Amino acid sequence: MTQPTSTTMIPRDEAAPWRLRALLERGLPLTERPWLALAEACGMSEGEVLAWVERWRREGLIKRMGLVVRHHALGIRANAMVVWDLPDEHVSEVGRQLAAEPAVTLCYRRRRRLPEWPYNLFCMIHGTRRERVLAALDEIAGRHGLQETPHRVLFCRKAYKQRGGRYTREERI
Amino acid sequence: MAELDALDRRLIDAFQRDLPLCTRPFAAMAERLGVSEAEVLERLQTLQQGEVLSRVGPVFDHARAGASLLAAVAVPEAECDTVAAAINRSPGVNHNYAREDLAREDLARDGQVSGIDYNLWFVMTAADEVQLEARLEALEEELERPLLRLPMVEGYHIDLGFPIPWAELGGP
Repeated sequence: MTQPTSTTMIPRDEAAPWRLRALLERGLPLTERPWLALAEACGMSEGEVLAWVERWRREGLIKRMGLVVRHHALGIRANAMVVWDLPDEHVSEVGRQLAAEPAVTLCYRRRRRLPEWPYNLFCMIHGTRRERVLAALDEIAGRHGLQETPHRVLFCRKAYKQRGGRYTREERI
Repeated sequence: MAELDALDRRLIDAFQRDLPLCTRPFAAMAERLGVSEAEVLERLQTLQQGEVLSRVGPVFDHARAGASLLAAVAVPEAECDTVAAAINRSPGVNHNYAREDLAREDLARDGQVSGIDYNLWFVMTAADEVQLEARLEALEEELERPLLRLPMVEGYHIDLGFPIPWAELGGP
């Protein structure tokens, strides 16, 4: 069988890319030809698999590809989820500012749930020791004038699960 | 903490985001690090078995790939492990943590605490919003507790491929 290029690729089996996505969510097989192993498992050629992955990377469905670390297992366990109650008109601007802070590893706006949850901006600071994380947070709050903004700091106490998201339907696998 | 040597660290530093897209990616990685393909594969297998690596492969954009939601539930301390185990069994759960609010504990000692103490936090994913909501409702019923649902409105920075602070972690 000749291997198609990405421009001439016409999928014969519409379910095959879904099977590939489901398998990719679980990670590559650690063998010399991982794409070939995936190709055989989902009914494509190795070239087709590479073309799909290249396309998904280009389109942004795949954000990054490589070694996905479990920070907790490495000893990066002082992970603070800092939640802020910001006025709706400021939250996007502050969110973008905090996202640019090197210590901030995740930053997003979430819906409030009043009355039980008034916080609308979340940022994560990963570290090895709580004192350092709190010191970094103090500096960040100072730089962005957030000292008076109501916020809470929730440190990770125990990790029960840390794995990749699974988005494909089981019946497609 | 797992014992990682210099080669393990170089592997992680070099390839958290740039896995070569070619037929023999581990050979390409090995060449860049000046070791053999077999050595790279062995290291990756060990790191994965030792739970240091979740996996080697793509990280999907959560918004493009399907539906996902951060949820929380308030549970008495003594029941945390049991409830967390039920959450872990629930389909679609990919992150699940117990979290503690230090300031809140200070307030509690002073008798000033109010509101709900959400202490179990998890992310649930699904193919679409309908499947996600069905999963959340099923879990809510099983736990007999309301879940706090916190959908993302806007993402500013979502990338956990940050450089590992080896110096802080100690070791060789």
